[in-house]
Parts: sequence; C-alpha cells; structure tokens
Amino acid sequence: MSEHPVFERIKSEVDDTPVVLFMKGTPVFPQCGFSAVCVQVLSNLGIPFKGINVLEDPEIREGIKAYSNWPTIPQLYVKGEFIGGCDIVREMYETGELTEYFSTNGIDVQLANPE
Amino acid sequence: MPMDPGQIESLIKESLPDAQVTIQDLAGDGDHYAALVVSSAFQGKTRVQQHQMVYQALQGRMGGELHALALQTSVPKDA
Repeated sequence: MSEHPVFERIKSEVDDTPVVLFMKGTPVFPQCGFSAVCVQVLSNLGIPFKGINVLEDPEIREGIKAYSNWPTIPQLYVKGEFIGGCDIVREMYETGELTEYFSTNGIDVQLANPE
Repeated sequence: MPMDPGQIESLIKESLPDAQVTIQDLAGDGDHYAALVVSSAFQGKTRVQQHQMVYQALQGRMGGELHALALQTSVPKDA
C-alpha cells in the first residue's frame, strides 16, 4: 500500500474519527445527489460524522477510490471499515441494518424523524 | 459518452455468466441507470464484495463514462 502516499492520510482520517463520509461538497451543502442521500441518512439517525470534501482535495478524491477499491464517491467509513457507497448505505438504512451496525459498534443512534 | 443498457448487461454477463440483469434507464438520458443483478456467484459475499464484482465486470467504466448506476445485488432465491 505504500506506493500511494495519500493512503497514510486516508488511514489516519478513518482511524481518528468513528464515522467519516468522503463526499462531494460539505454536509451542509452537498454538491451531488448521491452524497446528499448519505448525509440525509446519517442526519436522520442522528449520527455525528466528519464529511471530507473530495472536490477540494484531488489527491484524496483519486486516492480513496484505490484505497477502498470502489469507483465512486460518496464512501462511508465506520471505525476504519468501509461500509459502502450510496446504494449500500440507503439499502442498509431501509432494512434497519445500518442502525444495528452503528449500535453494535458503540455509536449512538438518535432517530430524528421516527416514522 | 452515454452507455447503452445492452452493453452494460453484456459486460456484467461476461464476468458473471449466470447473472440475471435488469436495467432501468432512470432519467431517459442513457446516463443514469439502475441495475438489479442476481447471481449465485454472490453467495457468501458481503454487499461491498458483490458490488465490487459488478464494478470489476464493468472494467473501469463505472465512475467514468458510466456516471450513475444505482446497484442492487442479490443471490437467487433457490440457491
């Protein structure tokens, strides 16, 4: 992995913060519909997370694709583990798996809009 | 350049010959698709691994010429 110096930076980001979303834009102002979906899911679950705007960091933007072996942004990491992109996050949210995953990893879920 | 749904399907089937592929053109612009891929090759794999197998089949087009492919994968019910 050492052939990519940016991998070190990515690794420390995902190790230092429990929930990290690599996204286009910021949590307040997502600049892509898929990133916006992920932000909305995390907000609905009341999960604090760090958004990393890949549009401001071309090195991370390319690096994260190789790091995760995943071709698209957004990408969600929990406790250093790659969870998935928008489709997987949405599917896990709808089935309740995401809530369970956060709980078993010691991250408190506080439903914002219980339905 | 937009991709033809038939091309997406044949690329997936090249790697996953038993796959049942259902493709929907979401916006009618040849650029935003949703695909449901059902294959016994997904058995025992995580969702991330299943999606990675499909992306692999698309040989780097995903995120490039294929801008948006909402993906859902599963194992056949009788497998």
